[in-house]
Amino acid sequence: MSNVVSTAARPATSEMVRRLPEYLMIWVPLLLSAAHLISFSIWTIWISFTPSTLIPVSGWVGLRNYNAVLASRNWQIAFDNLLLFGIAFVLLSLITGLALAILLDQRIRGENVLRTIFLYPLAVSFVVTGTVWSWLLNPGIGIEKLIHDLGWSSFHFDWLVNRDMAIWTIVIAAIWQSSGFAMALFLAGLRSVDTDIIRAAQIDGAGPIRTYVRVILPTLWPITITVVVVQLQFAISAFDLVRALTNGGPGIATQLPALVVYDLMFQRSQLGRGAAAAVLMLLILLAVLLPYAAWRYVQRRQATHA
Amino acid sequence: MAALSIRALSKRYANLEVLKGIDLDIESGEFTVLVGPSGCGKSTLLNIVAGLDRASDGKIEIGGRVVNDVPPKDRDIAMVFQSYALYPSMTVRQNITFGMECRHVAKAEQEKALANVAKLLQIEPLLGRKPSQLSGGQRQRVAMGRALVRDPLLFLFDEPLSNLDAKLRVEMRMEIKRLHQRIGATIIYVTHDQIEAMTMATRIAVMHRGVVQQFADPDTVYRYPANLFVARFMGSPPMNTMPARLEADAGGPVAVIGAGRPDEVRLRLQDYDAAASYVGREVVLGIRPECIAEGDRVFSGATGAPVIVTAPVELVEPTGAETIVLLRLGGEPAQARISPEIRPTPGGTASFALDTRRICLFDPETERLIA
Amino acid sequence: MRDRSFAPSRILIYLVVTLFAAAYLAPLVVVVLNSLRTNEEIAQGSMIGWPQHLAWGNYALAWSGFCIAETCAGIRPYMLNSALVTIPATIFSTLLGAVAGYAVSLWRFRGDNWIYGIVTLGLFLPQQMRLLPWTIVLRDIGLINTLWGLVLIHTIQGLSFTVLFCRNYYIAIPHELIRAARIDGAGFFRIFWRIILPLSAPILIVTVIWQFTHIWNEFLYGVTFTTGQQQPVTAALIALSAAVADIPQHGVQSAAVIIAALPTLLIYLFGGRYFVRGLTAGAVK
Repeated sequence: MSNVVSTAARPATSEMVRRLPEYLMIWVPLLLSAAHLISFSIWTIWISFTPSTLIPVSGWVGLRNYNAVLASRNWQIAFDNLLLFGIAFVLLSLITGLALAILLDQRIRGENVLRTIFLYPLAVSFVVTGTVWSWLLNPGIGIEKLIHDLGWSSFHFDWLVNRDMAIWTIVIAAIWQSSGFAMALFLAGLRSVDTDIIRAAQIDGAGPIRTYVRVILPTLWPITITVVVVQLQFAISAFDLVRALTNGGPGIATQLPALVVYDLMFQRSQLGRGAAAAVLMLLILLAVLLPYAAWRYVQRRQATHA
Repeated sequence: MAALSIRALSKRYANLEVLKGIDLDIESGEFTVLVGPSGCGKSTLLNIVAGLDRASDGKIEIGGRVVNDVPPKDRDIAMVFQSYALYPSMTVRQNITFGMECRHVAKAEQEKALANVAKLLQIEPLLGRKPSQLSGGQRQRVAMGRALVRDPLLFLFDEPLSNLDAKLRVEMRMEIKRLHQRIGATIIYVTHDQIEAMTMATRIAVMHRGVVQQFADPDTVYRYPANLFVARFMGSPPMNTMPARLEADAGGPVAVIGAGRPDEVRLRLQDYDAAASYVGREVVLGIRPECIAEGDRVFSGATGAPVIVTAPVELVEPTGAETIVLLRLGGEPAQARISPEIRPTPGGTASFALDTRRICLFDPETERLIA
Repeated sequence: MRDRSFAPSRILIYLVVTLFAAAYLAPLVVVVLNSLRTNEEIAQGSMIGWPQHLAWGNYALAWSGFCIAETCAGIRPYMLNSALVTIPATIFSTLLGAVAGYAVSLWRFRGDNWIYGIVTLGLFLPQQMRLLPWTIVLRDIGLINTLWGLVLIHTIQGLSFTVLFCRNYYIAIPHELIRAARIDGAGFFRIFWRIILPLSAPILIVTVIWQFTHIWNEFLYGVTFTTGQQQPVTAALIALSAAVADIPQHGVQSAAVIIAALPTLLIYLFGGRYFVRGLTAGAVK
């Protein structure tokens, strides 16, 4: 009774046994999740440095897989496409999303119905989106055929089968699918603007448009950055949509990194190169995410210091 | 028997020591208030007593049993929280009986205990409601009901009134005090509000920087603050403290404020034997605002000639019940509580009566009370 | 600035919104109309047109008639596959995520921040980094080309999302609630069951909708780890397009697309509010 209890005192063993179910319930899922993330990443990185082809083998080939991937026409086209697709898609979906959000913010009738319409594509799989747009954009059966049937026979809209323009069909479908996401975030941002600020601007004599442009829209830039990062993340790993819409064609005109990885791993049995391409994808992603994480960190520090 | 006994208790987080060797003995039936500014460690101490936090060192006994390794539910305690912590998805009835349900108390017994508590707190009409359907005061009552139904050795209150508005706070303060008198429970009550401490406690533990500065009954804490921190923390407005010099005189020691200045104030001290060794040295003089009053005030029980000084008035704050005056004694700022009818002119001078019997002297180095 | 008067500018706003809405709805309308037209009718004109006779037969054919590869059972078996993967994986990942989220947010324990940080990295790690390891793991534990293999993958990977959602929701619950319950004598599971779970309906709905939609719509793992009769419906749709490339059956295909998209569309229509909340919660990680 009089012994002084030290810091090191732990719950008794029987207590540990009694609480075993809760420890299992907490730790097993978390550890499985964390372990698979770490070990899978390390393993894929390791494979990218081995001469693995059909099956994983050990060995060390340095950067040979990387050099091979980077030198391949497939990857070069995929990377150029990614740049074009990423920039065009993100910019256009930002503009579309912001426009929709601003329009919906004007206290219009039927806002709920309209919001439902702009967001429903997000509930549809990329496979469905790609399939449907492949029909609409197919010159033989889609929009071009319709216009021809209507009598305008010189009308041309053959991007789907045009090597130079095919990547734009993916941009169109991607915007249709996910500009609603940008709209939802922007609209939430517009709605969360402090009404006192708006009243203050009115007292300062700012008209509706000036209030909007000078006071309300500038509050949206943190949301804009979030939208850009999320959309870029999607663009970098886009696979299903392209697979369903163009399958990388015509030829390899709409190849994207995720398709190259799949192609190398499962169709050409070049596991080492496939892994190298996957790691390259990860690096591209990190080039986007690390600055974003740093920005978020700085923002949070400032918020806590303020 | 001591209801709670704490020995050499300390708590460290990484390299931050929030409790430094706390010793407390609380008798059964006492209403002990732990009071101190935020961050003084009072809530941590309460959490350790509750078993929600572990001590780094030291020993805690509840009802004569060492409980360092006993989980909260087995410590025979009940707790009322600042946010009330009522379970939002349960009705008032379920909130109160949940603890008994966890301890597998028979249904009939649960009902009996519930009925008793509901009657005591007059919350019978609320039993079927959810916490979201209650007002602040009602939630407070239910939270107390949840504690009372347990009939524990020790009640722990963690700033339970700080979420209530001023009027309700005063009402609930009285109600808790009445409850204590009625059921004679042992209560440990944490607050940062020194008025709550003064009005409710049978003993107050004033805490600061992880140390108990003083542990005594309210009158002693108020009349003889153990050190400058306690002197300045308890009381509103707080005790005036100012440097002074102790000089020997024919009739005993004299405290001189602003020595050498043309407006120096000399105060003869009575019965300050302990101060003898400080004669000729600097001290800190403390005097409560109510011991400085308008010039014609006669302090109750005072004998001999009144001590009157004339001092410049800087600011006057009428509060209705009294007037608070900011003045200067020998150049040092001091607050006085004078009669509400009297409004000295700021910028002018006025005469003040001083009750020198209640002056406190502190050592300027150790900041401890000399006498 | 936000009045309801019908000035010319308001009319313009309505005009523009209506055009946008038409553009967003057009693909759905086209597919629905096509699903009611015969293949011949579509072949004569274009995909875009009004049905002459309502060809409901397309749905019957799509559901259980036409052939994908060598099997002629429509998309019914693949819909069933998707359901058998999506429903268990959604339930498992949501429940485990709720318990883990509750533990990391309300029961601080050694290493909780570390493990939580690592788990949420899963939101960002591309699937391509995990394709090969999963292949090997599934092969070694004998689950390759099985629905349970996909359930396992989606449960473990889904945890990154479900733990994040639930943790961010539970973190707003006052800690004093847990303390009060501990003093009342309730343990980890009782507190979860009696106090936390009754408060969790909103976040559980968000999580279930999010997980269901994602797993149902997932394609890469489905096409990589299963073949033939074991494939989920997304993979089957692609296989169907390839199978009928020579003699397109756009009417039947449209019906198949509608059927495949229907579960997530219905969930969206009935749980739209929670669907959007999941979107924004997932974005502001």
